Amino acid sequence: MSATSVEGGPASATPPGPSFGQRLLGVFRGGGLWREAATTAAAILLALLVGAILMIVSDPDVAGQWAYLFTAPHLPLAASWGKVWGAYSALFVGALGSPTAIAETTARSAPLIAAGLGVGLGFRAGLFNIGAQGQAIWGAVLAAYVGFAWQLPLGLHLLVAILGGLLGGAVWGGIVGVLKAKAGAHEVIVTIMMNYIAMYLLAWLLTTSAFQRPGRTDPISPELPASATMPSFGLTRFHLGFILAVVAAVAVWWLLERSVLGMQIRAVGANPHAARTAGMSEARTTIITMALAGGLAGLAGLMSTLAPAPSGVPTPLSDGVVGSVGFDAITVALLGRSHPIGIVFAGLLFGAMNAGGLAMQSMAQTPNTLVYVLQALIVLFVAAPKLVSTLLPFLKGRLRKASATGGEA
Amino acid sequence: MSATPVMAAPQVSGVERLESSERRRSRLSLGVLLLVLGLGLAALLLDIEGTASFALSDAFDEVQLPVIAVPGFPTLLACTLLLLAGAVGILSGRLHGWTFTLAATVAGLALVVGFLTWAAAGRDLPFPVSNQFAGTLALATPLVFGALTGVLGERSGVVNVSIEGQFLTAAFAAALVGSITKSVVWALGAAVIAGVLMAALLAVFAITYLVDQVVLGVVLNLLASGLTGYLYDQLVQPDSQNLNLSPILGKIPIPGLSSLPFVGPVFFDQTILAYLAGVSVLVVWFLLYRTKWGLRVRAVGEHPRAADTVGVSVIGIRWSAVLLGGLFAGLGGAFFTLGTTGQFSKDITVGNGFIALAAVIMGRWHPGLAAVMALFFGFVKQLGSQVQSLKTPVPSDFLLLLPYVATIIAVAGVLGRSRAPAADGAPYVK
Repeated sequence: MSATSVEGGPASATPPGPSFGQRLLGVFRGGGLWREAATTAAAILLALLVGAILMIVSDPDVAGQWAYLFTAPHLPLAASWGKVWGAYSALFVGALGSPTAIAETTARSAPLIAAGLGVGLGFRAGLFNIGAQGQAIWGAVLAAYVGFAWQLPLGLHLLVAILGGLLGGAVWGGIVGVLKAKAGAHEVIVTIMMNYIAMYLLAWLLTTSAFQRPGRTDPISPELPASATMPSFGLTRFHLGFILAVVAAVAVWWLLERSVLGMQIRAVGANPHAARTAGMSEARTTIITMALAGGLAGLAGLMSTLAPAPSGVPTPLSDGVVGSVGFDAITVALLGRSHPIGIVFAGLLFGAMNAGGLAMQSMAQTPNTLVYVLQALIVLFVAAPKLVSTLLPFLKGRLRKASATGGEA
Repeated sequence: MSATPVMAAPQVSGVERLESSERRRSRLSLGVLLLVLGLGLAALLLDIEGTASFALSDAFDEVQLPVIAVPGFPTLLACTLLLLAGAVGILSGRLHGWTFTLAATVAGLALVVGFLTWAAAGRDLPFPVSNQFAGTLALATPLVFGALTGVLGERSGVVNVSIEGQFLTAAFAAALVGSITKSVVWALGAAVIAGVLMAALLAVFAITYLVDQVVLGVVLNLLASGLTGYLYDQLVQPDSQNLNLSPILGKIPIPGLSSLPFVGPVFFDQTILAYLAGVSVLVVWFLLYRTKWGLRVRAVGEHPRAADTVGVSVIGIRWSAVLLGGLFAGLGGAFFTLGTTGQFSKDITVGNGFIALAAVIMGRWHPGLAAVMALFFGFVKQLGSQVQSLKTPVPSDFLLLLPYVATIIAVAGVLGRSRAPAADGAPYVK
């Protein structure tokens, strides 16, 4: 069954190179922390550089100054510097400049960390889980439904809502695991399609009387009562969700490094044939891993409906309620090298960028969509260490070794 | 389940047909699927009254065809029986070759006609059949281009998950350049260049830097979304009168053919992109199966080392296939702006790139079959919007998710195992 995967994976007739999961692991294990940090720092630097160029050429006022390059070179340089410095410093201030900003950063990091853990866990088992988006949607849907439709005592209500969200994500992820393990359906295709199915089902649910707010014609759910809202600390957006995300990271670390199941997950990811020979059930591991990954993505999703928005109350369920957390999670997992600790840092970085993006938009008149460009570039550069060392020759000696050991571990 | 065929039928005497376990499984699952759909159609019998009328021409067509009215209940009953008969026939295992195909086709047609009869029965307005088909062609246009992009890439061994991103950048470039130059030709050119540039990015990272291709596709989609979103916010939005008002592609009626009744308005009164899509399918088929280059593309996608041994440049062939794919993605992306309102909005392609990817897989990596699948998805999407306007109790969201469900059913092996090119997604290192 495994050899006849639909979309060609590493299991093909060509002499197999290291699988993607193996390479990720290899990078982490063989690369060493310092080299990984250097690659990441270089990637961030390069991304900021490309972002700066993009800002300069796309702003007509600044780009126009470059006509004076030869007559009055200080004009274009000053204008460009002003633009870039203004934007990036606003980004920094918005992310870390005040306690409120830091709280906002934690609020935006929490779902990224949770969903990133889900994607990363899949990677470790050799599964490409592109479906965090759909899993997060079901997490948001079930959590919100428990929140607005059930009447439960304080404390219990929130707990049940959270469990509902976890269950929603786990089931949606588990379906993928079953299809992969029992029917040989490739998880990349299945998860991509399941994302859209979840999206359209949510759109449909919001037109039904069970989900649509009475008296409204637009697709929006009733508001959640305070008993189903995650507590936040002080008047900031530092809320329970961030703590849950960190706890989840510790739990995933324990699972992967200290438990039997985690050993099986890693073994199946590193070499499914060896794992099977050793008597491990690939099918069982696949299903459990996908359900766990789905549950983690569900945790990210439920935060979007249970955690208080800047207004203090949770956002009601609507079409785009989870945003693009499932896709951003993939970049977070990649940047964090699929390691729980790495994912926490990657999630904090991207969460900080998202939080700062809003400040950049209001303070420096630079659209916060720039943040998405920067994030995509960072991951692109991290994924291609050879390119980074070509662009930054002074890192060459260190990075060449990193990519060489990374490829063979 | 292993690849070795299992003798499903005991050998009695004379010529006995043997069926591999895989074929048997896919036959049974298809039969069960049709049976379930047939029972679903039968359930609709409880909720049908009046007559269903179908309009074969638009109010504006030159030749006005009569409106066909059929009694609702008997028609739906007939369709249900045909569908169930097809399902039983397939389950029985006695149909082979052309009879099998016939049974599957009849069952499929009965399903569509039966559903439409139910949707149109008892309504004031007739169901616009010609509109349905014309709309199918229009909606399928970008999907066909995207499917060709996917087929070219994957046949050469490069998985392209970033069709969506290529569409998006091309749509943006077309709207921007079209608005500045006020010329559709320049806009199309810009779309093609944008598509090819995105494809070049895919090729650089996938072929030269050996980045995992699925990871890469996801990241490139995010990059395309971020880049077009940023440029839209920064440049286009503040000056949308000058930068987001492109001329659009007019419909080009083909002289003579376009005045044919029914067929004319459906097939021969489309935009240039729809005609190009049709021609492109033939071109890609010819390139892949009738030229030396195409043979090399397929060889490189199946067994790159063997191709390399006989002197084929694996890297070069993959680059050329991916870049050619980018050209088609550019044309497909142009449809979203030039083929509609001439205006770009953020993430305007809304998942069409992924539907195109689904068409590639459902079409088993064959340009012709993939195009047929793209047409099928276009048909379903158009049906979704038509049914929405008919205000039937079936939620249009259910129809819109049909392509995705169909793809999952396909990759789960129900419609027969489809096999990707062997070296699909595997980077080549000498």
